[in-house]
Amino acid sequence: MTQTLSLLYDRVRVEEKEIINAAQKKGVELRPIDAKELRLDITDLSKDEIFGEVAIERCVSHFRGLYITSILENKGVDVINPFSVASLCGDKLLCSMKLAKAGIPTPRTIVAFTKEEAMKVLEEDMGYPAVIKPVFGSWGRLIAPLKDRETAQALLEDREEMGNPLYQIYYIQEMVERPPRDIRTVVVGDQIAASIYRYSAPDDWRTNIARGGRAEVCNLNDELRELILKAAEVVGTGVLGVDAMETKEGIVIHEVNSTVEFKGAMSVSEVDIPGMIIDYALQKARK
Amino acid sequence: MKFKCPECDGDIDAKEVIEGEILSCPDCGAELEVTKDKKGNFELRVAESEGEDWGE
Repeated sequence: MTQTLSLLYDRVRVEEKEIINAAQKKGVELRPIDAKELRLDITDLSKDEIFGEVAIERCVSHFRGLYITSILENKGVDVINPFSVASLCGDKLLCSMKLAKAGIPTPRTIVAFTKEEAMKVLEEDMGYPAVIKPVFGSWGRLIAPLKDRETAQALLEDREEMGNPLYQIYYIQEMVERPPRDIRTVVVGDQIAASIYRYSAPDDWRTNIARGGRAEVCNLNDELRELILKAAEVVGTGVLGVDAMETKEGIVIHEVNSTVEFKGAMSVSEVDIPGMIIDYALQKARK
Repeated sequence: MKFKCPECDGDIDAKEVIEGEILSCPDCGAELEVTKDKKGNFELRVAESEGEDWGE
């Protein structure tokens, strides 16, 4: 039986182009579908053949991708990544909690629900510097280091003014002492595809490649491999980006990303990550 | 392939394009998405701008 796959996108980035190319090379039918043009009947949950057996969801917009995933799953289509994985990884609060519960070392994080309590977290507990992050969204957007009380007050006041209620969830994390780099590992199913160091751009403290960070190959030792694979398993397994930092006390995993961007990892590691994603999708389709 | 920028009417020259890809106009810098019209011809439209929930 021939398997058909689909690729849900809203923007075709390098990653999506490469996934399309990889399918072509393998002679696999992969239908690219523009999520912005979809209309889905959620009261008719019969199987929609256009999505094939497995859909690879690659939307840049997290919530768009998340809802599409849920709808397709309810229509009987397997999605990479599953809703359970994408919803968990799309929320920093839930993801940190999951990692902590599984005993995976992760930076200490305290959550408060008002500006006043957030201030107390900083003054009475976490101290400065600390990091505040929105629970959703990414590319390092609105992630800020809180170096002192003045910065914290200004930033928290700004936050309070923002319309989105999710910005009133104050996720405050210890500022981990680390070299100016972190480790991004792309995991496909139960396999490590590639691992890179991401160095911050000279004018930024964040290591996101989207913020101009630079990539270099990272050779993982067995202990770290095991930890990264465990983190991927804990969130539910899929195509994932596991982010780790090197601290004096050892490695911490601070984030697991669901719609992983692997342009950096692919260019320096020369691993065929898109090919692995297609193989993983086919393997799922056969089940 | 030759396009006209829907924002500034500038000329855009692109080699191979695929649907969904983003080009930026060399004249005005607008981000443009490659789409297909009803007849299946490529055309450009102004791309969505970055949302709060974008990215990995």
